[in-house]
Amino acid sequence: MTADQARTLIAERFSSAQVDGTAPIVISVPVDAWVPFAHFVRIDLGCRFFSFLTAVDWKEQGLEVVYKADNLDDNVSLLVKTRLGPSVTECPSLTSEYAGANWMERECYDMFGIRFDGHPDLRRILLGNDWVGHPLLKSYAVDTPHPPYR
Amino acid sequence: MSVTAAPRVELDYTGSERLTMNMGPQHPSAHGVFRAILTLEGETVVGVDAVIGYLHRCHEKLAETLTYAQYPSIASKTDYVAAMTSEFAYVRAAEIIGKIDVPKRAQYLRVITSELQRVASHLLWLGTWCLDMGGALGGGATIFLYCIRERELILDLFESLVGARLLYGFYQVGGVRYDIPTGWAAKCLETVDLIDQRINEYERMLEENPFFLVRTQGVGVISRELAQEVGIGGPLLRGSGVAYDIRRGEPYSSYEDFDFRVPVETSGDCLARYRVRMAEFRESLKIVRQVLDGLPEGPISSRPGLKSVAQTRIPKGEAYARVEGARGEVGCYLIADGSAKPYRMKWRGASFSNLAVLPHIIPGHKVADVVAIMGSVDPVFGEVDR
Amino acid sequence: MAIKGPVPEVPAPVWRNFKDLQEWEQLHQRRPEGDKHSALFESVTEGIHSFPGGFLVTTVADNFFNWARKSSVWPVTFGLACCAIEMMATFASRFDVERLGMVPWASPRHSDLMIVSGTVTIKMAPMLERIYDQMPDPKWAVSMGSCANSGGPFRHGYHVVKGVDRVIPVDVYVPGCPPPPESLLNGLLLLQDQIAHFRRTGQRAAPNPKVD
Repeated sequence: MTADQARTLIAERFSSAQVDGTAPIVISVPVDAWVPFAHFVRIDLGCRFFSFLTAVDWKEQGLEVVYKADNLDDNVSLLVKTRLGPSVTECPSLTSEYAGANWMERECYDMFGIRFDGHPDLRRILLGNDWVGHPLLKSYAVDTPHPPYR
Repeated sequence: MSVTAAPRVELDYTGSERLTMNMGPQHPSAHGVFRAILTLEGETVVGVDAVIGYLHRCHEKLAETLTYAQYPSIASKTDYVAAMTSEFAYVRAAEIIGKIDVPKRAQYLRVITSELQRVASHLLWLGTWCLDMGGALGGGATIFLYCIRERELILDLFESLVGARLLYGFYQVGGVRYDIPTGWAAKCLETVDLIDQRINEYERMLEENPFFLVRTQGVGVISRELAQEVGIGGPLLRGSGVAYDIRRGEPYSSYEDFDFRVPVETSGDCLARYRVRMAEFRESLKIVRQVLDGLPEGPISSRPGLKSVAQTRIPKGEAYARVEGARGEVGCYLIADGSAKPYRMKWRGASFSNLAVLPHIIPGHKVADVVAIMGSVDPVFGEVDR
Repeated sequence: MAIKGPVPEVPAPVWRNFKDLQEWEQLHQRRPEGDKHSALFESVTEGIHSFPGGFLVTTVADNFFNWARKSSVWPVTFGLACCAIEMMATFASRFDVERLGMVPWASPRHSDLMIVSGTVTIKMAPMLERIYDQMPDPKWAVSMGSCANSGGPFRHGYHVVKGVDRVIPVDVYVPGCPPPPESLLNGLLLLQDQIAHFRRTGQRAAPNPKVD
């Protein structure tokens, strides 16, 4: 399975996906195809190594969730993105496909406020449970004071 | 069959008492600020809730406020035991986006420092792991003191090269900051030979010790499928039978010029990871010798002496650069927007993914095994919490 | 005849704005007079002082106890971040700290010194306070590294406490990022000088004007 074979397979099965580049192959999928695409990536393309999952805050255009999965045997790596629309904070969860998505999605929830549907245990991971606000959003200032430590 | 969730153990009230014990953020097994809430049934652990975030220092948010020239020295504070590899990931991501060439000499210097840093990090790992398993006042301190003695020799080399022992600002976008002083190469070769000899001693000391074997054989087995699903890396991945090393799979910075073996073990337990790391010692020392043999002349940076903020600009784009750190895949996902500061930077910390495997492998072991497993997973909390 | 001198003031560092200074003063309140005074001890001391030459006894006793305290300071291993690695290097083979009598001890109940090495985050600060409270008196604290001194390179972060002295009172500040073991040893020797001036009435240690 080379990168080109992977691209043709993706074009066949998911015509709504936009594909770019070869290493890593950057793919944009719409949100409703998020989990089926992940299943396809894991089973058919053999990308079983889950690297990371994160989000980007594109101010007015909304949030974007990104994850990376690799096929270690054939050296194919995929960077998959999806744009949640403006002021949308829900996204389907990948924990049914990859076990590594568990902590990564908790971190995304902690930092961006994205709620993942289907996550078994969605709570804050890096900040305390009583923290108010989601720091990595662009609307949150880096030196927001937090009494009593200022 | 894929593993999808940590095993949920049902409570049974048939007379057995479940005890919730806190292995708090401050505990003697010196791995850093980590809190594990263990559910015990007698001496056996049946559930683990890992609480992290006690060292969350807002790296990702701070990176949006610092330029590409300012951030590398902060980047070393993520994986502070192997600080050279942390800086490498960030700097490489910026170079990929900006399509900046790195001169050959700088690439070779980067390889030397990465490999020396890997040896230093593994020495610390070995020392603290044996310290945890053997006790601070007992036999564990023996290996700890020996390993720190060797690590100090490597840190001396770094001090004469960069000026700092632990956290450096050595890597710049475009190359490295300092060149090697005269006499450094000879000193480096001497140190490498000495460490090679001494590692043989330590290996013999440990493998002839029946207590060490009992505590590590069959403990903390990570299966091949679990390893890939969770996304662990480095010696954990190779100890579970997956023969993947980023230096081979996606060679960067002239690693393809060097001849080295990627050690792999199949049993997936603590002993396998130990063997992988001991083999990695020797491979790293081999690479250092080869690099010093063939070090080319030339400039050490393609963007030396940045004088103004305007020169630190990187054009619009995004890239994910990864590096084989001592603990696994250290990656930096960088989105640049044409200014001197990144738009978004995500650290893919190797230890974050490595720790995520703990709730899957610890249940079923005894409390004492938790310490051995934590040590063999070798987390560094700067990477976990960022 | 009560020998109660004024509480030695640790000079406040230069602050950039008035609010920081006010806050520092709030956290560094003088201890109330009744704190750590043992009435029995005081009455015994007064009894000794009523004899001629009684002062000699208490001064010699002071010096003796201070020598004992400073020669056997047991730090609680409170390594948080990168500075912890340099602290471990100080405790290890080359920069051995046991020759000064310092045995790193994991339990706070049996230690005299807390070396805060690393960044204190808002999530960790209550735990740090709790460990400090668990240490018995007399206890000292050394703030190691720029993160513990003032928040360090992460000062502008939302989750970072801007210096451990917002949580516990600190006796010695060791600058550096991370401070090499030589610096930490310097700080620990300065602390020993401070302890030599410690007064048995429980007053906070006075800085040594010759050294700082």
